[in-house]
Amino acid sequence: MAGPPETLPEAAADITAGPEPPGPMREFWHHYRQNRGAVVGLGFLVFLVLLALFADFVAPHPPDAQYRDAFLTPPVWQEGGSWRFPLGTDATGRDILSRIVFGSRYSLSIGFLVIVLSLLGGITIGLVAGFSGGWIDSLVMRLMDVLIAIPGLLLALVVVAIMGPGLFNAMFAIAIVYLPHFVRLTRAATLAELSRDYVTGSRVAGAGLPRLMFVTVLPNCMPPLIVQATLSFSTAVLDMAALGFLGMGAQPPTPEWGTMLADAREFILRAWWVVTFPGMAILLTVLAINLVGDGLRDVLDPKLKRS
Amino acid sequence: MFRFAITRLGLLVPTFLGVTLIAFLFIRLLPGDPIEILAGERGVSPERHARLMRELGFDRPLWEQYLNYLLDVLQGDLGRSIVTRQPIIEEFLTLFPATLELSLCAILLAVVIGLPVGILAAVRRGTVFDHSVMAVTLTGYSMPIFWWGLLLIILFSGILGWTPVSGRLSLLYYVEPVTGFMLIDTLLSDQEGAFLSALRHLILPTVVLGTIPLAVIARQTRSAMLEVLGEDYVRTARAKGLPPWRIIGLHALRNALVPVVTTIGLQVGVLLAGAILTETIFSWPGVGKWLVDSIFRRDYPAVQGGLLLIASLVMLVNLVVDLLYGLINPRIRHRRA
Repeated sequence: MAGPPETLPEAAADITAGPEPPGPMREFWHHYRQNRGAVVGLGFLVFLVLLALFADFVAPHPPDAQYRDAFLTPPVWQEGGSWRFPLGTDATGRDILSRIVFGSRYSLSIGFLVIVLSLLGGITIGLVAGFSGGWIDSLVMRLMDVLIAIPGLLLALVVVAIMGPGLFNAMFAIAIVYLPHFVRLTRAATLAELSRDYVTGSRVAGAGLPRLMFVTVLPNCMPPLIVQATLSFSTAVLDMAALGFLGMGAQPPTPEWGTMLADAREFILRAWWVVTFPGMAILLTVLAINLVGDGLRDVLDPKLKRS
Repeated sequence: MFRFAITRLGLLVPTFLGVTLIAFLFIRLLPGDPIEILAGERGVSPERHARLMRELGFDRPLWEQYLNYLLDVLQGDLGRSIVTRQPIIEEFLTLFPATLELSLCAILLAVVIGLPVGILAAVRRGTVFDHSVMAVTLTGYSMPIFWWGLLLIILFSGILGWTPVSGRLSLLYYVEPVTGFMLIDTLLSDQEGAFLSALRHLILPTVVLGTIPLAVIARQTRSAMLEVLGEDYVRTARAKGLPPWRIIGLHALRNALVPVVTTIGLQVGVLLAGAILTETIFSWPGVGKWLVDSIFRRDYPAVQGGLLLIASLVMLVNLVVDLLYGLINPRIRHRRA
């Protein structure tokens, strides 16, 4: 079985490539475009990133401004609502729309950082395990077995219990949860590549170990890692929100979406909007990321393509 | 098969030891005084502190402490909760049936709906039905279930008033726990309406917990069926003129089920993690809510015990799934590792 085309990983990383004719970017886009859901998801993600970047200009109010004349105002289309607070206000009179807009900063950047953290850790550990073999390999893999045996959210809760609640610690905790997946993938891909002729060739030519690991072998392990990273990105956003919801992630008054839901819990039967909109934001974001992940998988890893 | 089972069991030992090591280190990694953490006593006199340190074995080298912990664990002694002073294993076992009942109902719901929906989507590939199934399951898969639970409460408990908001049974009833499963115990107790009350309490949590497994199972079944439907033996069966239901139900499904069974098994971890959220939302008195409460009460021995028990449970179920997989798929069982 031939590995995935070697030009594609660069295409994924190189999103700003120029308009040169059939460059890798063009080729990538041509295949990606076939999946309409993936295009929609990507569009929504771009919109979200812009929203996060320009939150100061887009949001009608500061995220933590409390309006004492407007506790639990319903959204604009309901009786009692006004355009001043399009999606209503929460129990302390803060504009929900503004908080959701600012919250996009947290969810996106944290999800992204989590994935970068566990991807970097996973790649390094996986490469080391794959290259060294023997007892180091066994030890690492057994350790990963242990981490996988613990349900993700429980492991994250335990790590947060050790480190204390908070945005950064929760991020670290979730990065640990995803680590084993990247380690296993990297190791499996490394083992598959190590027996190839080009690796032997490079070795014979005198390439050092770091060069063999990161320059020769790693690029060819990337496609499954990119796909897994996108799919984990969505679950990381979910887990982060879940930790926030349980009171172990971002702490109030941070406008993180999960934390907003936790604040809103006691009002659910009186004011549906305080619960509905932050959750909707989580759902749409996760959905968009999953759509993009499906599209990337179809392009980068045709072997995995289902249907 | 025997050989396969033995190899698989052998792999379990280091993993279990690893989990005990993590549980052991958890207490040692917590910031603060170990006496305060393990005995729940604060502000004790230096003499008592020293005596407790000795009693709890903290003056020993770390490896000896671990060995002692491991010996205790193997004898079923997980220590006592510092809040209730009850043995942790007893607390866990009292609450576990509630989680088990909820999880079983959730997985049942997921299989009963997910399997036929997945099969039908594969058979009607490319139709509106197939596309809607894919869209709905992707949404279900992306669902923040804690939010989903709150939405269902708003709709069914708040607006429609059909279901209760929390707990397992209305306060009007008292049911002696026999099996620990409320649905069975209420039937045994012969109280009018108790069973219905238990059922109404169970519906929303089941839906919430079952959502993600349902989506995963439906998608997995669909793709497994699609793969199998393209095989030669299915074409042969068609060419022989067998009725479609026979081809789908007998020839295709049996082979498609192999990966689906694995998927169902893998949902156990998802279910237990989901139970933490679901039980918290619905105040369901199971081990998930107990764990979250224990973390907030700083009842760390309870967290340690729960961590160990839940991880062991996941490992055990994965083992059973692997053995089952070997049983249905001879290719796995005869492969030399």
